[in-house]
Amino acid sequence: MGKVLMKGNEAIGEAAIRAGCLNYFAYPITPQSEVAEYLSRRLPEAGGVFLQGESEVAVSYMIFGAAACGERVFTTSSSPGISLMSEGISYITAGQCPAVFVNIMRGGPGLGGILPSQADYMQSVKGGGHGDYKLLVMAPASVQEAVEMMMSAFALAEKYRNPVMILGDGLIGQMMEPVEFPDALKAEPSNKDEWATNGMATRNSNQRNLVKTLYLDPEELNSHNLMLRAKYAQMEQEEVRYEAYNVDEDYSLLIVSYGTMSRVCRTAIDNLKDQGVEIGMIRPQTLFPFPKTAIYDAAGKKSCRAVLCVEMCMGQMVEDVERSVSGQRPVHWYGKCGGEVPTPEEVMEEVNKLANP
Amino acid sequence: MGKTFQKPEALAETVTHYCPGCTHGVAHRLVAEVIDELGVRSKTVGIAPVGCAVLMYNYFTFDFQEAAHGRAPAMATGIKRVRPDLVVFTYQGDGDLASIGMSEIVHAANRGEKFTVIFINNAVYGMTGGQMAPTTLPDQRTTTSPFGRKILDTGMPIKMSEMLAALQTPAYITRQTLLNPKYINKAKKAIKQAFTYQIQNTCFSFVELVSTCPTNWGMTPLDAIKWAEEKMLPYYSLGVFKTPEEGSDSEKTVAPSN
Repeated sequence: MGKVLMKGNEAIGEAAIRAGCLNYFAYPITPQSEVAEYLSRRLPEAGGVFLQGESEVAVSYMIFGAAACGERVFTTSSSPGISLMSEGISYITAGQCPAVFVNIMRGGPGLGGILPSQADYMQSVKGGGHGDYKLLVMAPASVQEAVEMMMSAFALAEKYRNPVMILGDGLIGQMMEPVEFPDALKAEPSNKDEWATNGMATRNSNQRNLVKTLYLDPEELNSHNLMLRAKYAQMEQEEVRYEAYNVDEDYSLLIVSYGTMSRVCRTAIDNLKDQGVEIGMIRPQTLFPFPKTAIYDAAGKKSCRAVLCVEMCMGQMVEDVERSVSGQRPVHWYGKCGGEVPTPEEVMEEVNKLANP
Repeated sequence: MGKTFQKPEALAETVTHYCPGCTHGVAHRLVAEVIDELGVRSKTVGIAPVGCAVLMYNYFTFDFQEAAHGRAPAMATGIKRVRPDLVVFTYQGDGDLASIGMSEIVHAANRGEKFTVIFINNAVYGMTGGQMAPTTLPDQRTTTSPFGRKILDTGMPIKMSEMLAALQTPAYITRQTLLNPKYINKAKKAIKQAFTYQIQNTCFSFVELVSTCPTNWGMTPLDAIKWAEEKMLPYYSLGVFKTPEEGSDSEKTVAPSN
């Protein structure tokens, strides 16, 4: 199949089906309701399960129940909805079940707005729900990348028995771009009999399986959490993904930006290059695990005088950028947090301020 | 002659953590007997609630999931939608089901999800130490209603069976109790009927069991039974509120569309 023109939200839904996931539970919320609308038609046709739950809270536990009995399952939502799902996400992580959550971010806090935002960085990367846990978080910068991340998310969730989150801003969900669905990214069947509560008869076993999150014995809880921690350490070893842009030049400034915002930065970098100014960029594709080493190394380049983190929120990823840069260079922040995407000109102006203080 | 009475295969051989006089053990045993009799142990998935029964999976020998407080019906929905061939039940207390999980139980019932709910109503939060539940009776003393439940402040106790029976979709709703052997036999029949409806893919099935909590009621097991009979049964009347064969009053007045 060649390229087709699709809206991001619909492409994300289709990508899940193409990857081999036919179970979807969701609750409508702007700006991602098109996923549910699309799948309410598409999934029955593909022989899958579509159910609109009564709330995001309930949906997160429908996901838990389905995932715990070993079936591939996913949901999509937007910021306030993800807050409600965060309770379930904490349990799913503790119960070690694979599942995929998509957050098409809108502005916050509270109802915030319905325009694009990147204000759920902390919620996605640092927790969101209670307890010691992490999600593997991938952030697409185009509809094609959203498709590819979505398709690869199921295998990753199954590899780690941990939820994976696709973190897109509202623009990724709303814009139309040409996409293709690479067959190579179809998830392989995975054997879940060792842990899934899929009924003893399903796995020809006399041993029952149990999916639980309660560990009353402190030593048991400690080792359970250390085991989770080891999985997150393995993700940091094996799953870091980023794109480096214009880093072969002797750039005076390094930008760190992700998602839609990074595309604007890219245009700004190209325009500045025409003016004889070289700017490098690291674009994290995984937000957890975070490309710490890549940013450390790129910031440490001799020509680089400062680092600028550009995000559509009031400065969240900038904390991880500071940690990554580790004091080698000053780290600055620029962004907007009302739903407007900064223009290339605004980014260029910010860069020029830093370049010519 | 073979054995006439034995431990159900679905029940594990272990020591109970429930208090003396608590009816959870009886309810567990009835569920296990029914699962044995229906021969569905190897395709059953139970869902443990939050509350005293959070560790109930220790007492059964089939697959179990452990829910968050009140969310068991959503988890059961997730399982049944993706694996309709599995036999799924939730087992929930009154704090879990009638308070924090009210939304989940009402919507699962209204969608007619094909799983079974065992609802333990003992008019109090057990695990957390005897706080007031939505089912606590007027003037009943609890650790958060030390002077008795004041209905002017907190309303009247919620009758879950009657409330769910007011919905048009859910089709098998009954309230039974475990206070004496006669009641226990009837309760078992109801539980078996509920699982049978599920296995036949007939309807959502809900069995409320009026139960005792001697520890949090501050009573001996015998006094607790007496109190439940005198105070709870008049308010929480026993009976079958709806069956798929009879339908409900509301169904009778609305002509089916097909």
